[in-house]
Amino acid sequence: MPMAIELQDITKVYDDGDQPVLSHVNMSVNDGEFFVIVGPSGCGKSTLLRMIAGLISISSGKLFINGTQANDLPPKDRKLSMVFQSYALFPFMNVYDNVAFGLKARKMSEKEVKDRVDHALDMVNLTKFAKRKPRALSGGQRQRVALARAIASDAKVCLMDEPLSNLDAQLRARMRLELRDLQKKLGLTVIYVTHDQVEAMTMADRVMVLHDHKVQQLDTPINIYKNPKNEFVAQFFGTPQINLLSANFSNREFKINNSFSLPVRRQFDDGQYTIGIRPNEFNVEVTQKGSNARTREVSYLGDKTVATAEILDGGQIVRLVLNNQVDIAEDNLIKITGAKQFYVFDSKTGEVLFNEREANLNATITAE
Amino acid sequence: MQMTNDRVAPVSAGSRRLKKVGKYLLLIILMFIVVSPFLLGFWTSFLPTAAISKGALWGKLSFDNYVAAVTTTPILRYLFNSLVISLFTMIAQLLFCSMSAYAFVFLRFKYRKFLFYVFLATMMLPFEAEVIPNFMTVRDMGLLDHFAVMIVPFMTTAFGTFMLRQSFMQMPKELKEASDIEGLNHWQFYYKVTLPYAKISMVTLGAYSFLSSWNQYLWPMLTTFSDNFRPVQDGLRQLQSQETFNNWGMIQASAAIVVLPTLIVLFIGQHYFKA
Repeated sequence: MPMAIELQDITKVYDDGDQPVLSHVNMSVNDGEFFVIVGPSGCGKSTLLRMIAGLISISSGKLFINGTQANDLPPKDRKLSMVFQSYALFPFMNVYDNVAFGLKARKMSEKEVKDRVDHALDMVNLTKFAKRKPRALSGGQRQRVALARAIASDAKVCLMDEPLSNLDAQLRARMRLELRDLQKKLGLTVIYVTHDQVEAMTMADRVMVLHDHKVQQLDTPINIYKNPKNEFVAQFFGTPQINLLSANFSNREFKINNSFSLPVRRQFDDGQYTIGIRPNEFNVEVTQKGSNARTREVSYLGDKTVATAEILDGGQIVRLVLNNQVDIAEDNLIKITGAKQFYVFDSKTGEVLFNEREANLNATITAE
Repeated sequence: MQMTNDRVAPVSAGSRRLKKVGKYLLLIILMFIVVSPFLLGFWTSFLPTAAISKGALWGKLSFDNYVAAVTTTPILRYLFNSLVISLFTMIAQLLFCSMSAYAFVFLRFKYRKFLFYVFLATMMLPFEAEVIPNFMTVRDMGLLDHFAVMIVPFMTTAFGTFMLRQSFMQMPKELKEASDIEGLNHWQFYYKVTLPYAKISMVTLGAYSFLSSWNQYLWPMLTTFSDNFRPVQDGLRQLQSQETFNNWGMIQASAAIVVLPTLIVLFIGQHYFKA
């Protein structure tokens, strides 16, 4: 597949700081791909996007756009459009002029401008709002104007900087689908920055996880969820969050505390590890006998039950997601008998040592 | 709890009303104090001078004073002079202040902060302290007794730059980024985005600079010697001393004429401030 955008060893150091904001980022975005960059705030994801756009200079490394090196290319020659979190609409222009702004700046003929704007407004269902000023529009409509601006430009690559985070939850869910739909229809290549793992999971063809100024993992959403490379990635994806429990390995079992341990067939060096278990992968019985945990908060969500429980003797808290067959209330004693799947992380580096597929093959997990 | 609430409610409503009445009464009194000289001046401009000299507040109302002011004094010429000076000063200030403010906000250059503080420091100096060196400068430039002498020294102000800088800084930086992606250069961004975005601040500065230029007194008095270039404020003063007998009615009429443009500017300005 042709590569629309390729980054090689991209590093950014600001003049007034000695720590790099981003170091050695390598990624390539295919034509027509929906590529999501996700990470917590301050991880450098917006900086990365602005380097691709040419709004911020690149300290070192190479950026290729459509096969040509573009490190020093001015933004307008990079043939891309950008959608901002704050929409970046010009408040003194009406919707039509906002969408036409870039086209006029590029000296397109009057007729072509009109055709493109009309088409773009039609795509986002805003034709009848063409004469309105942005402040007379709702948040969702404003964001659609910003999208129309990207559609109207002839750029095939669109950069989006958290475009949905100013919208309320319901609208965001709808816009996610609309956006994805639009992207497919137009065959756009999208690089999408977000801090929301749900957006990343639902929209992306591929996801790049940024944290601590470095790329943590780059893969499809499913692979990222199933085979997280490290503790951070495991923790970042999935709601409720994965449980990370410190455990001690000896005698072929991970001992979390006296009442809860996970035996494995595989051999590890004796010592401290971090065990990751997704909340929905615990095996739980509600029983007084041999119980090893006590529920604290229980909330019924209709199709499932989300609970937190304290493991007796040791006090570590775990999050549980149970199907509705299990009937529990707050302050019940329960017995965690094991986990369907779990991850083993190096307790110092956080790197995954033992992944799920191997877990299925090699481990039978039962409680004591 | 409920009972005390019931008992307290009407009392507090009554005292609230009393408070409101008192507040408005005070405001009305203050308004009269502020407005009365203006109203008195306007009223006397319609009275014959004989009546004014006697200290009477009543007499035959007529436009005679206005006719006299326009026909016997160069008041219209003064008005024209002031209009030219104020308009040019206003346009120059809007242009140069917005350009320097733009540079301080959107351009990165060495010592930007330091230069801005130097800029601000000039605001600390009262105009009166600059009068003598300024006078020597314009005299050496040969600008005395000309429109230029009242425009050139006031083409830019630190205050205007400061005010517009504040307003430009409030622009979301995404607007600049979006414009960069569309390939706008600094000039295009300046007049296509920055100026319309800061329209209200521009109108405010325009009104302010027009009025302060219109109300200049000391500087034109020092630098103009002929009716051809004298602005209204100094012209008014001129009317008074030219004759031994002061035609107060006519002077009042002239003053009323002079105030009119000020009011017009304020009304136009107010229309925009609301937006």
